[in-house]
Amino acid sequence: MRRIPWTLVVFIAALAVPFLGSRFYTFVASDIVILSLFAMSLNLLLGYTGLVSFGHAAYFGIGAYTCALLMKSANAPFLPSLLAAGLVAGAFALLFGFFCVRLTRIYFAMLTLAFAQIVWAICFKWNDVTGGEQGLPNVPYPDMAWMGAAPILGNFRVGDHFYLSALTIVALCFAALRRIVDSPFGRVLTVIRDNPERAQFIGVNVRAYQLAAFVVAGFFAGISGGLFGIFNRGVFPDFAFWTKSAEPLIMTILGGMGSFWGPAVGAAAFIVLNQQITSFTEYWPLTMGTVLIVLLFVFPGGIAGTLTAAVARLRVRPKAATPPASAPHMVKPNA
Amino acid sequence: MLEVRGVSKRFDGFTAVDRVDFSIGRGEIAAVIGPNGAGKSTFFNLITGHLRPDAGRIVLKQRDITGAPPHRICLMGMGRSFQRTNIFPKLTVFENVQAAFITHRRRGTNFWDLSDRLYRAETNALLASLGLADKADALSGALSHGNQKQVELGIALACDPEILLLDEPTAGMSAAETRETIHLIERIAGERGLTLLFTEHDMEVVFSIAQKIAVLHQGRLIAEGRPEAVQQNADVRRVYLGERH
Repeated sequence: MRRIPWTLVVFIAALAVPFLGSRFYTFVASDIVILSLFAMSLNLLLGYTGLVSFGHAAYFGIGAYTCALLMKSANAPFLPSLLAAGLVAGAFALLFGFFCVRLTRIYFAMLTLAFAQIVWAICFKWNDVTGGEQGLPNVPYPDMAWMGAAPILGNFRVGDHFYLSALTIVALCFAALRRIVDSPFGRVLTVIRDNPERAQFIGVNVRAYQLAAFVVAGFFAGISGGLFGIFNRGVFPDFAFWTKSAEPLIMTILGGMGSFWGPAVGAAAFIVLNQQITSFTEYWPLTMGTVLIVLLFVFPGGIAGTLTAAVARLRVRPKAATPPASAPHMVKPNA
Repeated sequence: MLEVRGVSKRFDGFTAVDRVDFSIGRGEIAAVIGPNGAGKSTFFNLITGHLRPDAGRIVLKQRDITGAPPHRICLMGMGRSFQRTNIFPKLTVFENVQAAFITHRRRGTNFWDLSDRLYRAETNALLASLGLADKADALSGALSHGNQKQVELGIALACDPEILLLDEPTAGMSAAETRETIHLIERIAGERGLTLLFTEHDMEVVFSIAQKIAVLHQGRLIAEGRPEAVQQNADVRRVYLGERH
């Protein structure tokens, strides 16, 4: 049996969403695509470097404000604004991360949270620039006239056009992230995650690598935030609030931080569950909490981890006489 | 090769290492022995930069490394293994050793190449020389204790050290495994012209390969010299006999 190129299958399926012709499906798909980038960027820290950040929303928010301000106030074009969102978020990640990586474990997590709350407070109070509590409403959609003129795409709504742009950008970001985690740099990150003490004694400057991972994660969170601001048609201080930092954490745990695509799967599950549950009960957080508790105890590898393990088990069964070299339940991110 | 001058380390008023002077020449094989709690591990941690000495100097290849961070000391050619096995448990045996090749040759800043393709030949050759070739794809955390110790030795050797510090390389091993490991270490040290500094409980092992022995007792160096001389030393005899009864 040949391997099915699942990544390609999912990408093509995602490209087909606008053909369903439903505004709602495109809306949900956009939400999933953009927030999965947010969750995947966090997992570079969580799953690959072993750093728990409680303040990842800071970079999401900074990216969202940067992109929105450039496009709305400065009338800058979309792609340069989005790139700037990533770069500015990355620059702040460099600044904040410089202090954060000096601490470990819970102290690291608390400091990331503190910096995120500072960002939130600034967004909330700096009325002249960020619009304060009111945020920045009416962020314009990028100019996508060429898509309207294209043969098949011409029939789609502007929301569909934006969805396709966002999907392409996010897919490129995923490709870059994949490349990064498969690179020697990515290998050093997993080495640090596994055993930071030992890493020092093979010549790794642990803090420098942790900081680099923090900046890369901040960059992609910024891109995600920039896209989300446009998708949401407005940017608000809540984007940098601590509850927003919890979202990618929950998505990652839901999907499984042990596998590369886990956070994206988690983002999809989180958003679909949110939509479904809120349609017939107001106790969405209660339900979500219950789902998480069950998951943590029954499927510690998350959705993706459990599926991978199940597939591995099925593959092994035919030749049950020879036990697998490595235990199938211990899924590595680079597997 | 390595010179330690008057190094001391205190923990909350307790002196773990007390004004120790010690040196080891290029290509020498030396052992540090002493009863439990004599300060052997602390001494190693001071040399490798894991701990910062309160007093004294440490000089590696004529360069002062006192207080330098471990990663820099490692890149200068010092490898080490730990008393309690210290590997990367969620990576395969191959990845453990390959990671050390990558970091030590400063390829870790490469964001773009595929790490899987790097140093394959070197890693496989090293694994073969350690007798780990058939376990290359096993998760290192799932291996037996003895195999994990070998992986750790592999990690240390992949850093292409000129001086290797082994903290009880045979701790927890059976007599047969111990013999095998010691032969392996002796062979590799010979092949590579390594300077070797190790601690060991098994006196038979120590006296079979060490060219020089240093004896620590309560943080102090009470004897240093050739094995025969150390064996005859009255202080050493008292410490060791005293420990037994």
